[in-house]
Parts: sequence; structure tokens; C-alpha cells
Amino acid sequence: MVDEPVLRFDAVSFQFDVSGPWLQRVVGREGRRTLRAVDDVSFALPEGTTLSLVGESGCGKSTVARLAVGLYRPDGGAIHFEGQPLDVARAQPALRRQMSMIFQDPIASLNPRWRVRSIIGEPIRLFGLAADASALRRRVDRLLEQVGLSIGDGDRFPHAFSGGQRQRISIARALASEPRLLVCDEPTSALDVSVQAQILNLMRDLQRDLGLTYLFISHNLAVVRHMSDRVGVMYLGRIVEQGPASAIFATPRHPYTRLLLDAVPDPRGLRPSRDPVVGEVPDPVDPPGGCPFHPRCPLATDRCRMEKPAYTAVGAVQVACHAVAEGRGAIA
Amino acid sequence: MRDWLDSDAVHGFRTSPIAVLSCLLLWLLIGGAVLAPWIAPQNPFDLGRVSLMDSSQPPMSPAADGDRTYFLGTDQQGRDMLSAILYGLRVSLLVGGLAVAFAVVVGVTIGLVSGYVGGFVDLVLMRIADVQLTFPAVLTALLVDGSIRAALPRSVHDSLQLHVVVFSIGISLWPSLARTVRGSTMVERGKDYVLAARVIGVPSWRVALTHVLPNVVGPVMVIATLGLGMAILAEATLSFLGVGLPASRPSLGTLIKYGGDYLYSGSWWMAAFPGLALMLLVLAINLLGDWLRDALTPGLR
Repeated sequence: MVDEPVLRFDAVSFQFDVSGPWLQRVVGREGRRTLRAVDDVSFALPEGTTLSLVGESGCGKSTVARLAVGLYRPDGGAIHFEGQPLDVARAQPALRRQMSMIFQDPIASLNPRWRVRSIIGEPIRLFGLAADASALRRRVDRLLEQVGLSIGDGDRFPHAFSGGQRQRISIARALASEPRLLVCDEPTSALDVSVQAQILNLMRDLQRDLGLTYLFISHNLAVVRHMSDRVGVMYLGRIVEQGPASAIFATPRHPYTRLLLDAVPDPRGLRPSRDPVVGEVPDPVDPPGGCPFHPRCPLATDRCRMEKPAYTAVGAVQVACHAVAEGRGAIA
Repeated sequence: MRDWLDSDAVHGFRTSPIAVLSCLLLWLLIGGAVLAPWIAPQNPFDLGRVSLMDSSQPPMSPAADGDRTYFLGTDQQGRDMLSAILYGLRVSLLVGGLAVAFAVVVGVTIGLVSGYVGGFVDLVLMRIADVQLTFPAVLTALLVDGSIRAALPRSVHDSLQLHVVVFSIGISLWPSLARTVRGSTMVERGKDYVLAARVIGVPSWRVALTHVLPNVVGPVMVIATLGLGMAILAEATLSFLGVGLPASRPSLGTLIKYGGDYLYSGSWWMAAFPGLALMLLVLAINLLGDWLRDALTPGLR
């Protein structure tokens, strides 16, 4: 079981029902409409490592995060946590407490009517991890110190804190149940740049000290580079390229990955300029056939318009692109 | 304590003359009602203390035995109006308060369940609320009162009268509470702190009660305050129509009804003073409710 990943997605799909109200459907003779938010997503997340999912807004990365902690149930495929199907694992408190989540919005993620001490203490109380009130108090104090807050902060309400401090409270709450897997849904996107760095460094220190496993969702490539062992690039619900962070940042192969990396400003102007990729993300309710990226892709051929690409292994990297498979996707 | 005195709401209260004034008036009336047995000049229901010699006396007239003055006059049975009003306030406030409490419990529960569970449950509960809203409070009350009158023997019915009135008024007030709570619950349900609790597996009922409920009760206070005014008026209306509380336990509405019978014979004080008390009471409650709503809605300040 040493090699068993903490979290494994096997061809997971999930769709939202975006149909109109029942009456409108009947009167207007409309069918149900679904939005395929996650399509055939597979990855394995070994213990103590970080997998980052990057992509534009609406590409399904947050949905993957919510699937991973059981807030949504997949429509297809399977999710395993610690080698057990996710819903089986979540039915056992001993396993359920080993996963927790950090959210994007530092304001909405803390109950405004609860004192910080109760917020951080909730998982401890729920899982019965403290014998009595004084043990609970000691544990919360230790968590507060662990995330760089002071013990006195526990008796205040969330509104008394800044965004960065609130995110520290969120992290303390996530750590309270002594988890192995932390699902982080854009944990620093709402913060100032300087505060972002503090929070990211805190998360890396915690990973080193506690051996945490991160599923890290972000749209910020610089953050992803700083945090990840592996990276998955998502486009319209699919992972189009997945592999070690170093390989993906050094030699991006999928045209979409190259588009993303090109979009990062290069203040020194050292990078050779490439043809800009234009266009908008298509409507996910009515995605294009074949490769979902073909309308924006400079390398698209008729095959790309017809046939969904399978994964091609290039070294340690998996790429879903006909051009790469056919050897047309040469690095410019 | 100092934090509390400096808080926005308290500061807003202290600097709003209408709020302070209506609050004072309300406390005066509630105090008078609660303390009626001790401060009222006479017990209007103790027949030994009521003298027919003093019947239908205008305001400020002395008692026949000369040892006191009827400041607000007496009714046709010689009861001191001031005392009757104080005792009537008690009944009005009791019925109004119980009806609002009933409506809050029912409305908040249904709103919370409807908003948190959603889907089909929500659909059914909200349609019930819609149907309820199409019945005016008085009609509901007449309906409930009528069916209970028909179903139960008179003696049982009389002893249940208070419950019937409370139920009838309460049932007409719950939909607005349920709708408000449902709306805010649906907003809160999707917030990350609720998701955080669900991720670690806090049971739904506990999420609803400990996380969502404290964040949706703000508007409930406003609606309940305004509802208290409506409930007291509805009770007065019912009593005036003769389906409210029995004459043995007169509320302000009952006093107005019986006083009204003597209006044309010139005894204006029998209806006017209970009416004035009712008006001041409802006015104070509504002004306070309005102020509360403005104070709790940051956009309006």
C-alpha cells in the first residue's frame, strides 16, 4: 500500500443541470441542458506531493476540487481516497477527517457569527479529537500559533481580521482534524501579492513539517510554479496536459499550455515572441466537437475538428493533442 | 459593555429620537400591562370592587363613595376605564406576543427547511405559503374560529378561545417570515463556510441550525416586530367582530367594541381611550420596527 496514492481520479466526469425551470421546459418544449464541467479527468496524487490544476475561469478546476472532497458526486468514473471509493471513505469519520479544504474567498469561508476559536475548534469537536474543554483549548492555541496568529486572536470574530489573517484561520481550521490531504481552491487569489507569498510559504512549510498532500487549484502560473510537483492544465473540463511541473514549464507541448505561458508578462523581453492565440473560451453548454481547443488552436486540422484526442506520452508528460501525437507540435 | 455601547446599532439607536421615544412609550405600555394587578386603581373583574352607582361616568369624575377619581371615566357597569385599559393591554400584548412567537417558530422552521433542502420540498412549502398569503388574516381567523366553534362543544370552545385566536393570527403571519428566511438561507447555503462544514461531514440539520440560522435571523427580528403590531391589530379586529376573546377577558379590541355600543349615547370615552391606547401601542411598535429595519439594512443608512 506504500504506492497507493492519497487521491486518485479515474476518468471522472461531472455535469451540471442548467435546464430552465420545469414549467418553462414544458411550455417551451425545451429539453434538459447540461454543462459538462468535468470530462474524463484522471490523475493520481501521491502522498506528500502537490498537484496543481490550472486553467481559465470556468474550465472546471474548482469543480474538480469539490468532487475531490465529496461535495459533488461524479456522474462517471471513480474517485478513490486512500485506496477506497470516496463515498466509502467519507462514511468513515477516521478517513473523512483526513481530508479538508481551503477556500478562495477569505470573507465567505468563515462564519461571521462564530468566534475564531469555535471555527477552528469545530472539526476537533466533531471528530472528538480533544478529551475535554481544556484539551480543546490547547489544541486550538497550538493551531493558531502554527499558522502565525496569536492565541488572543481566538476570542475575536472573523470581521476583525484582514484577508491574509482570515486565510490563516481557514488553514488552521483545515489542519484541525489532522488531515493528510488538503484541497486548496484558489487559496491566494483574493489576496494582495505580498500576502499571497506569506500564505504560500506558510503552506509549503506546513507541507514539509506535516507531510501534507495538496490538490492545488489556481489560475496563477507563478503561484503554481512555486508550489507544485505536478501540474495539470485544464481546458473546458478536460486535462489537456499533465506532467511534472519542471517539464511543463520548461517545454510546454499542448498549444493551450503554450498560450497560457505566453500570456504571462515577460518584463525583460527575453522570450522570443510567438503568434498570439486569439479567441474566447467556447460556451461549455455547447462545446465544440473533436478537440475542444480547436477553434482557438493555430495548429488545428480537420482531424482536430472531428476526433477527440487521446493522451500521448511525451517523456513523463501526458498530452491530449493530435498535433503533438503527429509530430506537428514542434516547439517554436 | 463599552464595545456594546459603541457598536453601530446602539449608537444609531441613541442618536435617533424616534427610536428612543417609541422605545420609551413601548416600555411604558408594556410596563403598565405587566404591572396592571399592582398599579391599576381597581381590579375591573372583581365584582365586589365595581359599583353600579359609578356606571357611565365621564372622565375626571369622582367616585360615588368619594374616595377616588375616575381619570378616564367608567363604563356602563361602573368599571374604571384606566384599569380596564391596563388589563386590556395585558391581553392584547399576550395574544400578539404569542401569535408572533408561533409565527416565528413555524415561519423560521419552514423557511430554513425550504431554503436548505431546496428542490421538491421547497416547491411544496412555498406553494403552501403562497396559498396562505392569499387569505387575509381576518378571513383565516374567522375560518379557523368558525370551524372550531362548529366542531367543539361550547364549553371546550370557550376555554380554547385564546389558543384559537393566537393560532389564527399566527398562521396568517408565518409566510412572510418563511419567505425571508428561505431567501437568506439559499444565499448562505452556498457560502464557503457552509461548504467547509459539509466537507468535514457536519450533519445537515446541525449545519442548518448552527451555521445558517444565526446568519439569517437578522431580518426575522424586524418582521417579528412589525408583525407584533399587525397581530395586536388583528386581535383587536377579531374581538371587535365578536370572534376574538370573550367579554370575561376583554382585550383593547373588546373594550372598543363594547364602548362603541355607547358612542351614540354620548359616552365617547368608553371607546376612545382604549382606541387611543391601541393606537399608541401599535404606533410605537411599528416605528421601532421601521427603525430596526433601517438600522439593519446598511444600504439605507
